[in-house]
Amino acid sequence: MVNKYLVKSLAASLVLSFSASQAFADDVEVLHWWTSGGEAAAVGVLKDDLAGKGVGWKDMPIAGGGGDAAMTTLKARVTAGNAPTAVQMLGFDIQDWAAQGALANLNDVAAAEGWDAVVPSALQAFSKHGGNWVAAPVNVHSTNWVWISKSALDAAGGNAPTTWEELVSVLDAMKANGITPLAHGGQAWQEATMFDGVALSLGNGFYKSALIDLNEDALGGALMVEAFNRMGVLRSYVDDNFSGRDWNLASAMVISGDAGMQMMGDWAKGEFLKAGQKPGSDFVCIRFPGTQGAVTFNSDQFAMFSGSGSSAAQEAMASSVMNPVFQSAFNVVKGSVPARTDVPDMMFDGCGKKGMADLAAANAAGSLFGSMAHGHTVPAGIKNAMYDVITAHFNGEFSAEEAAAEMVSAVAAAK
Amino acid sequence: MKNYLQLWLPRIVLAPSFFLILVFVYGFIIYTGYLSLTDSRMLPTYEFMGWSNYPKLFGLRHWKIAVNNLAIFGILYILICTIIGLLLAILLDQKIRAEGFLRPIFLYPMALSFIVTGTAWKWFLDPGIGLESIMHQWGWESFHFDWIKNRTFAIYTVVMAAVWQSSGFVMAMFLAGLRGIDGEIMKAAQIDGASGFRIYRRIIIPMLRPAFLSAFVILAHLAIKAYDLVIALTNGGPGRATELPATFMYSYTFERNQMGLGATSAIIMLIMIFSIIIPYLYSELRSEKES
Repeated sequence: MVNKYLVKSLAASLVLSFSASQAFADDVEVLHWWTSGGEAAAVGVLKDDLAGKGVGWKDMPIAGGGGDAAMTTLKARVTAGNAPTAVQMLGFDIQDWAAQGALANLNDVAAAEGWDAVVPSALQAFSKHGGNWVAAPVNVHSTNWVWISKSALDAAGGNAPTTWEELVSVLDAMKANGITPLAHGGQAWQEATMFDGVALSLGNGFYKSALIDLNEDALGGALMVEAFNRMGVLRSYVDDNFSGRDWNLASAMVISGDAGMQMMGDWAKGEFLKAGQKPGSDFVCIRFPGTQGAVTFNSDQFAMFSGSGSSAAQEAMASSVMNPVFQSAFNVVKGSVPARTDVPDMMFDGCGKKGMADLAAANAAGSLFGSMAHGHTVPAGIKNAMYDVITAHFNGEFSAEEAAAEMVSAVAAAK
Repeated sequence: MKNYLQLWLPRIVLAPSFFLILVFVYGFIIYTGYLSLTDSRMLPTYEFMGWSNYPKLFGLRHWKIAVNNLAIFGILYILICTIIGLLLAILLDQKIRAEGFLRPIFLYPMALSFIVTGTAWKWFLDPGIGLESIMHQWGWESFHFDWIKNRTFAIYTVVMAAVWQSSGFVMAMFLAGLRGIDGEIMKAAQIDGASGFRIYRRIIIPMLRPAFLSAFVILAHLAIKAYDLVIALTNGGPGRATELPATFMYSYTFERNQMGLGATSAIIMLIMIFSIIIPYLYSELRSEKES
């Protein structure tokens, strides 16, 4: 009798445990590089949302800011025939993997949720391959921002610059006040980020034809020489100890008041907020002078690898990523803005609201461009060839004319 | 039965490692060699393209900088390490007191990885927090040492850190060589009236020839494969001023999606190493035959 009872309860618990594991049978293994405090918290939002849909989360974080380490790991895993279910990716990496035929088609979920109508078309260029959705964009970072210390700006006249000439005069005033006018870290990608803003300030047409269409006349032309001249001017406002400095240390210089401003993407805002500073009263965020109305962006997206994990789980994940509630919660933490234009902005601070309004306006006006520095205008090989020239010029190896000529030959060699 | 075992046991024991080395060293050398003849970008592709990657590689400004830096770094590193190592070994060989205490002090840097050496020297040389700022705090305001931030001199800071790390090891090799020299020879030379300097120049140093050769081969291949030190110390900067072939190979293969060019540069590095190792092996084997 006792035995019978035991057998029954054992069987019952077996069935129970089986069904419990059944609910999580659709695991997604997610490779990403969001490992810092705020980012990890933001990933938690996504994880909880998926758990609500009965999809388990197998975390595979690979630390390293720009995701280089994560991409190297990804190549090794794909070559070994063991691709993760979903992978955080940037720009041309998505297109490269899609061209290899490795990415799953997300058209069904995209059509059901109407992604075409809400995602800016410049972003769709990276999320779609051959007309098919292959990635779900999480956020839009923009790179043509300048972060100015409010007290340093007040001491330098108080007016945020709106043109290149005004920028130079503010920098001069800051120099006269005895601080480092421009906080910058000497790493190739940081110089390229600055170059995004400088090139865009010389006109949307120039930016597009030189850095997106790779038109040789623009790459080596008079405007490119002027862009390098402006980089040279900016160099003269950077302290001598800049080489190799990390971007967040440069932000810290602005926060502490040792430096006046930093030209950096909107992830820099997180550093200011973490230090307890308030947008508007402690620091000011403006678009790079001369680029008002235009936005250079980079966008984190999640691509799904076909044949790894069930497509139901992948579609559930893609749908969670595109959920407006998640997009708002995630981007408030991350410092970026949502990748869909219909998300309400009430949770965002002043700079975030401005970023969202700028994105929508640039999207409508056709002045939303990918960021060269962050791999959203050209593939990695050409991007790094441009990095080589920009950083060599910034470190004094080339004159502006030589740099423009070198730009043409370096890009040609990398094609 | 016993004979049979004697014959086969060494072969059986060696077979796994022989097989592993055959596949994972020589197999992958051949694989890399083949990749250098393809137009591989992000992932390996196997379509044969011919030799065009090689002229393309040597046309790249970036590669020229890397090779140039390797020449500066390699020559200075080998030369200075050998000189310092030899001097230290000769001084330690003077039957001094506390040799057992001094020897490990010079040798221990070798126990660190290049990453640790690079990071420590990065902080030490940084003008903002290192030597220069300390000197300023001590009142020497005019002191100026910013080589690590200067694109012309940055490569010499790599030499400094590498020499600091390796010269103790070279010293140990020379010390072993010196201990192997028969004391009677020195005594005989002293009786003949030769000065200390002359004994070392004419007798001891020529007798250290094998130690010189080993030191050269070890230092040369360390120089060619130098990667971690540069990554930790300067990360190839300022700009691209301290790129070496190994950092070039990594960035082209894994970061720039130019795997074909990366493989080509790896093959060129292999040829460099072979051109050092093969004459060495040849001379070693020949002297073995003669003796």
